[in-house]
Amino acid sequence: MRETLLEIRDLHVEVEDKHILKGLDLTIKRGEVHAIMGPNGSGKSTLCHSIMGNPRYKVTGGEIFFEGKDITNLKVNERAKKGIFLSFQSPEEIPGITVDNFIRTSVNIVTGQNMSMLQFAKEMKNTLELLDMDSEYRTRYLNVGFSGGEKKKTEILQMAFLKPKLIMLDEIDSGLDIDALKVVAEAVKKLKTEDMSILIVTHYNRILDYLEPDVISVLMDGRIVKSGDKDLAKILEEKGYDFVRNGV
Amino acid sequence: MKKDEIREIDFSIYDIRDDVKYEFQTGKGLSKEVVLEISEQKNEPSWMREFRLEALAIYQKMPMPTWGVDLSELDIDSIIAYIRPSAKMQRSWEEVPEEIRRTFERLGIPEAERKGLAGVGAQYDSEVIYHNIKESLTKQGVIFEDMDTAVKKYPDIIKEYFMTKNVLPTDHKFAALHAAIWSGGTFVYVPQGVKVEVPLQAYFRMNAPGSGQFEHTLIIADKGSEVHFIEGCSAPQYSVSNLHAGCVELFINEGARIIYSTIENWSKNTYNLNTKRAIVEKDGIIEWISGSFGSKKTMLYPASILKGEGAKAEYTSVTFAAKGQHLDTGSKMIHLAPNTSSKVLAKSISKDGGISSYRGLLKIGTNAEGAKASVQCEGLMLDDISRSDTMPVIDIENDNVDIGHEAKVGRISEEQIFYLMSRGLSEDDARAMIVRGFVEPIAKALPLEYAVEMNRLIKLELEGAIG
Repeated sequence: MRETLLEIRDLHVEVEDKHILKGLDLTIKRGEVHAIMGPNGSGKSTLCHSIMGNPRYKVTGGEIFFEGKDITNLKVNERAKKGIFLSFQSPEEIPGITVDNFIRTSVNIVTGQNMSMLQFAKEMKNTLELLDMDSEYRTRYLNVGFSGGEKKKTEILQMAFLKPKLIMLDEIDSGLDIDALKVVAEAVKKLKTEDMSILIVTHYNRILDYLEPDVISVLMDGRIVKSGDKDLAKILEEKGYDFVRNGV
Repeated sequence: MKKDEIREIDFSIYDIRDDVKYEFQTGKGLSKEVVLEISEQKNEPSWMREFRLEALAIYQKMPMPTWGVDLSELDIDSIIAYIRPSAKMQRSWEEVPEEIRRTFERLGIPEAERKGLAGVGAQYDSEVIYHNIKESLTKQGVIFEDMDTAVKKYPDIIKEYFMTKNVLPTDHKFAALHAAIWSGGTFVYVPQGVKVEVPLQAYFRMNAPGSGQFEHTLIIADKGSEVHFIEGCSAPQYSVSNLHAGCVELFINEGARIIYSTIENWSKNTYNLNTKRAIVEKDGIIEWISGSFGSKKTMLYPASILKGEGAKAEYTSVTFAAKGQHLDTGSKMIHLAPNTSSKVLAKSISKDGGISSYRGLLKIGTNAEGAKASVQCEGLMLDDISRSDTMPVIDIENDNVDIGHEAKVGRISEEQIFYLMSRGLSEDDARAMIVRGFVEPIAKALPLEYAVEMNRLIKLELEGAIG
């Protein structure tokens, strides 16, 4: 039995006075790949942002435990230091800050150590190759003028350096063409160690073909209504969410 | 200077007040007697005394400006026009009185001089207390003199150029005020074809509460010459108002080039009402680099008069207004001749209710056939109680010109902060990073030491550590 990494109990979250998560329970084990599926507006992104600690998402009830510790009231950056990472659906643009500069700053803060230039350059080269990215990205300003696909790859580039314990991929497949999706998915697979857990939020099955989730949960109306193995994704694809909604 | 040689500065040094002795001061307010007293104390030739008196009459007739910043709380009659420390002008730091020398040492001036400056002038309140230039430059005919000495040593040049053909006492009230009670400053002459490889620097320090500083800088760059002049300014914080109304006149002859850099960090009780202007002849170049961080209120609009064909001007600036500050800055680019070009890159930042504005003028005259100009001004507000405005005025009288213009104002978004914090940065670090990115195009344009200094001042402004 693998130990629990993330445990969410009866989570209620409001965004701009709208009640989105309504008593959500979720457990993710260490090393587990867990996919959350659900229709638009069911609260999938809200779940990711709540785990990350976005202050715009107000927790009105319930708790989030990470490695057994209550992190419900922890600041965003403290969660990042604990090893929680969110790959954003639409990453922000930061003009004037290069990808290199940003990742170095971030790594040094999260690990609390100064990574040597040499090791940084080496790791950067390898990861860029893995993501099929040109080295000119290093000197470009973070996400500024990047295409949707380039932004997603840059998220994974950051993830590779931060080596988080929990990786949340919020619709990593949106804005990616089939080839890019394959590159990104395979990179994630390669970067994932046995200790890392992944939470994938998606509408589509394609990414799941690559990342092979251990557990699939269905999120509807702010709660997890069903969990199962990867065959659940196929059933959902064939029968739609109504199948779950109708409680069959 | 290489990167690893840059000093770490403790910024509390800006705010240390010295307990120095003053041997003479005019007392508060402004009158004919005060002006005569200043002139007498300086033992000036009669033409300068007359010039001052005429300027005073102009000053008394002119109205206060009613645009820009609110000057209603500035009571010029409570400002001490002239205050002289008991220190004679020296050419060696050892001879400068200890308390004053220590202040400049804390500010890193003597050290910077040893490491990478061709000449240094240091003004303490109303008087220059140190002025020195490398002998090799003197041998090439470069003149670098404090302005009071220059009046006596080079009367013909000073009489010809001092506020007679560039900035005039009649230009505005504070130009007239400056002309009447100016004291200190620097005169530079660079002979034809001489390129001064390392910068010259002037540092202006105000120490006495309730006083004014009115230094005059006059630089003449003869044909084909080059010089980089750096100004630094600071003062400790007082509850009473201080006034700085300096004047800079630059003459750039054919094919000559002046880089004029300023890092201004006046204390936040200072009114900074400064006038700077360059007249640029054929193929001459003026490059203004300006960082405005301090002062309570600033009105500063360096002007470039592109008079000769092919003359060029660049203006690169960062303005940072925090709580209680209203900084109104910008540039005036006046194209009067064919094929002249100008480029403005201005960034302003405001936080904690500060107001930081870009107010600029781009004028292309009828003769400026083929002129090129670009103006890019951007404002960044760090919260929703601060203000940032851009007011670029463009006035074009010739059709055959190439103009680019971009102005925008934005606010740091909470989503940007969240994104950066999700990568481990604290909220303060996240804000600092966004601001650093915002000024990056400026930092890139600056010599490395100034980029570092600018980033440090920005960091301190963000932390609210500057008094």
